[in-house]
Amino acid sequence: MDAQSAALIGAGLAAIGAGMAALGVGNVFGSFLESALRNPAAADGQQGRLFIGFAAAELLGLLSFLIAILLYLKAA
Amino acid sequence: MAAQSGNVDPMHQFTVEPLFGHDWAIAGHSIAFTNSAAWMAATLVALWLFMLGGMKRELVPGRWQMAVEGFTGFITNMMDTSIGPKGRRFVPYVFSLFMFILFANILGMLPTALFGLHPFTVTSHLTATGVLAILSFGIVLVVGFAKHKLHFFSLFIPHGTPWYMVPLIFFVELLSFLIRPFSLGLRLFVAMTAGHVLLEVLAGFVISGANSGSLALGPIVVIPSFALMVGISVLELLVAAIQAYVFALLTSLYLNDAINLH
Repeated sequence: MDAQSAALIGAGLAAIGAGMAALGVGNVFGSFLESALRNPAAADGQQGRLFIGFAAAELLGLLSFLIAILLYLKAA
Repeated sequence: MAAQSGNVDPMHQFTVEPLFGHDWAIAGHSIAFTNSAAWMAATLVALWLFMLGGMKRELVPGRWQMAVEGFTGFITNMMDTSIGPKGRRFVPYVFSLFMFILFANILGMLPTALFGLHPFTVTSHLTATGVLAILSFGIVLVVGFAKHKLHFFSLFIPHGTPWYMVPLIFFVELLSFLIRPFSLGLRLFVAMTAGHVLLEVLAGFVISGANSGSLALGPIVVIPSFALMVGISVLELLVAAIQAYVFALLTSLYLNDAINLH
């Protein structure tokens, strides 16, 4: 297999990480919503931490997107 | 990602071209006034007008003043929660950072292409977001070392680590600290770029579907793609605001690390 095809296949595989990031981000917001509905008064105070958790989960997913883009640009 | 004839190239919207000053250079590097610089200037003007319109001192504020005070109160609150009273001197910097990123992101989403002026997102380049991240990280380093001198390194060794773990923990914490500017800049850059590439790809579908001339397949491609474009544009506006907030929030958290050393 030549390097260009391998890079394109690698880019496709790396993009699977973006789907897993969706799971991670959904987990963060889902947990927040679930516990916020149990204790609405305490929910507003934790909003900052919600976005910190979202940023961390999203960053790791964006890293896999970055790898996919790097491989795609190397191949094409 | 070269464009084939008739196809929409999703990466073309990010090209930086000089507008004037093609032969201005400092030490061999071109400092021409580019379209990126023009949109940064537009962001500055928009932000300036927004703040100017709201910085009145009316006791019962009108709507514009309420909007500006809403933003300043939001950032001051966030910094008070993250840092505490010692963080007040950094509110101007974090506020400027937040408002610039917010306005730059939103200006990149404006529908001015209807009138022929395609918008350019300043923050869709790692160079721009990287400079903002290096600025934040630089301020963290300067403040940390000026305030604590060499005791700053105790940030990397949490209380209560057993002595045999200290070298490993120090190395891991140092690595996680040094990756901060990279992650700050990368997060904003990829979020903006990915959103705009997605919109452009969908727009390519709409154009191909409309140009296909087929009365059966054309609407099947055009209508869902256009509906997706509208939905994703709304999501991109939300992401623009969230990414600006996350950048400012993480900057204030890193400043808290430097000022208060946990």
